Amino acid sequence: MSLSATKFVHPITTPPSTRSSDKPLFSTFFGSNHTKLRFNKPIVAAQRRSSSAASTSSPVVAVSDVVKEKKLKSASNLLITKEEGLVLYEDMILGRFFEDMCAQMYYRGKMFGFVHLYNGQEAVSTGFIKFLKKEDYVVSTYRDHVHALSKGVPAREVMSELFGKATGCCRGQGGSMHMFSKQFNLLGGFAFIGEGIPVATGAAFSSKYRREVLKEPGADEVTLAFFGDGTCNNGQFYECLNMAALWKLPIVFVVENNLWAIGMSHLRATSDPQIWKKGPAFGMPGIHVDGMDVLKVREVAKEAIERARRGEGPTLVECETYRFRGHSLADPDELRDPAEKAHYAGRDPITALKKYLFDNKLASEQELKAIDKKIEELLDDAVEFADESPLPPRSQLLENVFADPKGFGIGPDGKYRCEDPKFTQGTAHV
Amino acid sequence: MATLFQGLPSSTAFSSSNKFNHAPAPTSFSERKSSIVTVRSDARWSPVLNSATHKPQRLITNAVATKADSSLASTSSKPGHELLLFEALREGLEEEMERDPCVCVMGEDVGHYGGSYKVTKGLATKFGDLRVLDTPIAENSFTGMGIGAAMTGLRPIIEGMNMGFLLLAFNQISNNCGMLHYTSGGQFKIPVVIRGPGGVGRQLGAEHSQRLESYFQSIPGIQMVACSTPYNAKGLMKAAIRSENPVILFEHVLLYNLKDRIPDEEYVLSLEEAEMVRPGEHVTILTYSRMRYHVMQAAKTLVNKGYDPEVIDIRSLKPFDLHTIGKSVKKTHRVLIVEECMRTGGIGASLTAAITENFNDDLDAPIVCLSSQDVPTPYAGTLEEWTVVQPAQIVTAVEQLCQ
Repeated sequence: MSLSATKFVHPITTPPSTRSSDKPLFSTFFGSNHTKLRFNKPIVAAQRRSSSAASTSSPVVAVSDVVKEKKLKSASNLLITKEEGLVLYEDMILGRFFEDMCAQMYYRGKMFGFVHLYNGQEAVSTGFIKFLKKEDYVVSTYRDHVHALSKGVPAREVMSELFGKATGCCRGQGGSMHMFSKQFNLLGGFAFIGEGIPVATGAAFSSKYRREVLKEPGADEVTLAFFGDGTCNNGQFYECLNMAALWKLPIVFVVENNLWAIGMSHLRATSDPQIWKKGPAFGMPGIHVDGMDVLKVREVAKEAIERARRGEGPTLVECETYRFRGHSLADPDELRDPAEKAHYAGRDPITALKKYLFDNKLASEQELKAIDKKIEELLDDAVEFADESPLPPRSQLLENVFADPKGFGIGPDGKYRCEDPKFTQGTAHV
Repeated sequence: MATLFQGLPSSTAFSSSNKFNHAPAPTSFSERKSSIVTVRSDARWSPVLNSATHKPQRLITNAVATKADSSLASTSSKPGHELLLFEALREGLEEEMERDPCVCVMGEDVGHYGGSYKVTKGLATKFGDLRVLDTPIAENSFTGMGIGAAMTGLRPIIEGMNMGFLLLAFNQISNNCGMLHYTSGGQFKIPVVIRGPGGVGRQLGAEHSQRLESYFQSIPGIQMVACSTPYNAKGLMKAAIRSENPVILFEHVLLYNLKDRIPDEEYVLSLEEAEMVRPGEHVTILTYSRMRYHVMQAAKTLVNKGYDPEVIDIRSLKPFDLHTIGKSVKKTHRVLIVEECMRTGGIGASLTAAITENFNDDLDAPIVCLSSQDVPTPYAGTLEEWTVVQPAQIVTAVEQLCQ
């Protein structure tokens, strides 16, 4: 597959001379030499994909067909219906407004620690998660608020969790980086990068096990693993790509390539920055999509998720996206080129979707404004709820250390520690 | 170099090598009951006293389950069946897999190869390749995979081919296995069993001779148990699989070929309880895993010298069974801890602290803790012998303690 793809890809992978590490970072280095890639018109991308597909015979061919359909100018062939459009819009607005509210609350001292905001990347979360069933699994990273919201976790619960209240989705014990929801099958929320990918692989394995060993008829849950560009240099990523492809697990690996770890540019950290290429190395399709366009992401997501559901195995999807804020609220974000930031601000996924909805007469200004207002009220309610919620009591301290509290052992008096009344008060000495 | 293992009244210890496929075994039961068998490191064995067999020495090169033998020896009055420790583990595992279809095994070479210590032999044929999963060599990831599977309803048993390899999985064991139940506010449980052989073997070199119990003991949210006899191996395996908590089951490379008789009926042991090996009056000796056998050997010598040691196999390394330990301390007022773990920060160190905190008033003398030296286990046999606690040291320590 490499030959034709390399020929096409060549102009992009050749680093401009400013990329060498001994040159100052801010001179002419635009922050990403992927800008050219991002301006590619769909037909060019399709060309590349079909040429690569010809030599690998992987189902990438199907994706290139889908990509060809993405000619947005064709009026008779809209990508979404009105209802779908409004759902997408509302989800992205919820994500955006929620994160803005988080920033406000953080600076008002309502939440502490490391808070990583998702502004600018909403298209990836909405594009993928809105295709899932409730039983499908999502595994995220520390930048997980919006994944939680898209999956269905109520904004109230997420906000309370951020405030550290007992009504949070994890009873205040997880925090910003550890959002979990059994009800909505959100398997976390992980602080170390790459840590969630094996967990996601395990959930996919579970799904396959239920189908093939336990012979449950409807067991076709798909797992989505979200992670960033920095993670793609981590061993766990590669180990899981191998296992998922080996056993054809129903999982989609979604790379949210926003070009920056904290202050480390993806291009400075990666020998071959084209992450999608790493999929075919393991025998799975590697797709590259514009992550600032929710409709494009959606099309790719549909294909990848349905592929997994049919039992054909994993897919690696690289979404090129960008975060408008710093890595976390503690990051002064001084390293990134303002011109780069301005460039992506101009490609805001929400603005793009709005334009699409207006241009194709799918929604009116008033309808969208109504949605904006609804979300604002929802968030005000969420903040109020979180404010008024109680803090976790002392008795909660030891409650969830073990699923079976006999694990605290037998005390000197012969009784299990968990039977000690002081234990529930959280004052027992373990 | 010969390391002596002493036959216990109820089980025979022998294993001159950690290779999985052969072990010298005594051939009759009456011998087992009353004799001491010395096993030399070069795999010869010789019955020492009062052995019923004067057969020429022969090595049984393929010690398979000895159910056939039990009919031979016709100890029909004694219930149960005889088997080796790794077979006991396998029996426990197989019973649990039959009982609950969600129980599955994953690890390197557990499937077609049958496990590098034969604990999973035959299970892949019986249960299929998905239930006994041969993984690629990626400890961190397949441990994490096991955790993800546990969160979504399965009950995996993750095997580390050697416990030391699980150092690569420390990220997943500490962050996810131990903590995830808590950080999710109790929403997800992780009923995994992480097991594998560890401990100092026979000249395996430093990296294959590690004792990971000291590294894992601080992780909140996990339980650790160490098995030492076929009886408790099967019982703890079953208990660990049935437990809703993540459990790390420490086996020992040199104990896999221990033979003993275990009940035919199903039994499950408690993960949190310690085992009274030998009641006594003068001194409490706390130990676990392979050191139990060094202690029992030393106990024989001590009894001949007129001491009466109480030997407790603590079994549960985290949490400690303070009830059994406390009762014993209150009786004898002297404590000796014998372990194979490192001196610094090992299980013995924690146990010393726990006993001092809880039972200081009951102690007549400071707690003595005999642990391995803080040395990477050398390859050379003599050096290796000196890093690990030997029975002679135990005898000396008890004598000093009881002055």
